[in-house]
Amino acid sequence: MSRDHILHKVRTALGRSAGQPAAEPPPVRLCGPQSDLEARIERFLNAVAGLNGKTYRARSCEEVRDYAARLVDGRPAVASCTPVLTACGIHGLPGVRYQFSTRDEFQTACAQAAVGITGADYALADTGTVVLLASHQEPRMISLLPPVHLAVVPKERILSGLDELFTLLPRPSELTSSLVLVTGPSRTADIEQILVRGVHGPGEIHVVVL
Amino acid sequence: MISIPHERFERVLADPALQQAIYAATGRLMEKRREAVAPEALPDYQELRSQARRIKEHTLENLDYYLEQFEAEVHARGGRVVWCRDGDEVVDFLTKLAREKNARLIVKSKSMTTEEIHLNQQLEQRELEPVETDLGEYILQLAGERPYHIVAPALHKTRYDVADIFSRRLGVEREEIPERQTRIARATLREKFLAADIGLTGANFLVADSGAVVLVENEGNARLTTTAPRIHVAVAGIEKLIPRAQDLAVFLKLLGRSATGQPLTVYTSVLAGPRREGELDGPEEFYVVLLDNGRTRLLADREKRESLFCIRCGACLNHCPVYRKIGGHNYPWVYSGPIGAILTPQYFGAGHEPWLPFASSLCGACGEVCPVKIDIPKMLLLLRREIGRSLAREGKGRWERWAFRVWAWLMTRPKLYEFAGVAASALAPEGSEGWLTGLPPVLRRGPLAAWLSQRDLPLPPGRSFRQLWRVRSRVKRV
Repeated sequence: MSRDHILHKVRTALGRSAGQPAAEPPPVRLCGPQSDLEARIERFLNAVAGLNGKTYRARSCEEVRDYAARLVDGRPAVASCTPVLTACGIHGLPGVRYQFSTRDEFQTACAQAAVGITGADYALADTGTVVLLASHQEPRMISLLPPVHLAVVPKERILSGLDELFTLLPRPSELTSSLVLVTGPSRTADIEQILVRGVHGPGEIHVVVL
Repeated sequence: MISIPHERFERVLADPALQQAIYAATGRLMEKRREAVAPEALPDYQELRSQARRIKEHTLENLDYYLEQFEAEVHARGGRVVWCRDGDEVVDFLTKLAREKNARLIVKSKSMTTEEIHLNQQLEQRELEPVETDLGEYILQLAGERPYHIVAPALHKTRYDVADIFSRRLGVEREEIPERQTRIARATLREKFLAADIGLTGANFLVADSGAVVLVENEGNARLTTTAPRIHVAVAGIEKLIPRAQDLAVFLKLLGRSATGQPLTVYTSVLAGPRREGELDGPEEFYVVLLDNGRTRLLADREKRESLFCIRCGACLNHCPVYRKIGGHNYPWVYSGPIGAILTPQYFGAGHEPWLPFASSLCGACGEVCPVKIDIPKMLLLLRREIGRSLAREGKGRWERWAFRVWAWLMTRPKLYEFAGVAASALAPEGSEGWLTGLPPVLRRGPLAAWLSQRDLPLPPGRSFRQLWRVRSRVKRV
């Protein structure tokens, strides 16, 4: 009822009729200079550091595991099942949980964890952004509920910026119900413009590039 | 004659702490924006603005097409689109949904659209418990106030105000340090997130080719709102559509920079449909409420249609000399500042608070910083014309029209105009400050009294521009 009413009013306002196709939209504007991988890695790490994120460049899977082990330090942690974490042996670290049979069990684990460990589907060098596509291997809460988020980013996944991301993923919603760009730790300046980190999401973010 | 309700503004103007708070906050936001859009930081800023404007223009001109495409894409991903003509229909839908799902607690992330329809009060009246989760909005909900600013809703609250509000409403110890106040909110709201059945959000963009809702935020509360509860409902105005996910590259570069000077806000979520097969978390049900609430009326007005391009960045508020003096609550509706001054009369009719488009110096700053290039000064002039015409029809505003006729007559006669200038200089009292404030009270009335309440008219200079021009061009020739 309201649907037809609103659509009718829209069409009357625009002088269009039902079923009329749209005019040709303005061409998509995606550009962006490509830079070489090393330059992108450096730019990405600098950008993350500029957002008060901690960064580390790992030369091997062992280095990733050691970094994670130091950070977790035996406290409760939750890790996703994304391949890079398996390859680095994150799941064998003491305190790290990664398999859950129910949603409630998973939510409780995330709510109690000191650290959440995820991979990254992509990363954006320009802005220091970690891009996460929710999937059966990469649920949403790991990068959200614990006070500390560790993201392990395979270096070949580092893109220049938004233009390159949307060139690679022209319609991300065909791949995932939730694409999230994470740019630094959770923050607010709602009280007297004073910056406070870790409002609802993690107040601390660690990015390890492999 | 439109009279501007100066008496309403007096409390804010006479409060130095509040003046300082508004100036500091908007000043910081201006500064950060300026750095973020500077050519070194974003060389193609102007091209991005033009593209954003072109996309908005195109989308609105073909809006029915994109609304239907969006709906089909949402349905294809297992979500549902609900069409609502006004706030009442939104409240009815939510009340029914809550009853069906046996839900009472609703967590909410910041949404101007739901402010517009006073959704919280309406839901509370129906025994539901909506909880704002953006820190600023949460403070205001506890205080029972509406947002002071589109992106910095609690801009007018000091940490001491927050301490009062938290201790009174949450029964916690008085705490005056923002970091600790934030911890209190985090702990209180975390429980709400995990217990709520429905998560209610607005939408910064709706993507037609993806059936996606895009949310832009810094705190993580929108992510929690759309992840923890079983049901996600997004309430959005029909003008929020953009055609393609690829267009996000343009809008995301502009929104964060214009609002807070951030190249990207901390979290950007592109959400399409409920969680899919095999996912551990995310909502089981996904609804998008498409709200008209007067937007189709604006759409029909070709000249002012561009008012609907607004992406709610708040930059025009920060740069407005009027907003920066009178603050957010002196505007009659939830949308304040220049964008509020053009939206309010269009939603409620030009006769409603007709002073709004006149409370502007037409300095043009708002139009200059608008990321989608809404020509706000032009909209203000168009609204002034409309209001002027409707007053003329009622036989009002004769004096003003007469005054402008005299002025126009004078302006088109350069010799006479020059003579008037010379005469004014000659008549002005020698070197005396406050020459008009010194007028006898009987002459200080109406608009003149309002003007003189804050300042005097500057004394006319000894020599006019024309005289100086003549002297200088003579010197040059020699």
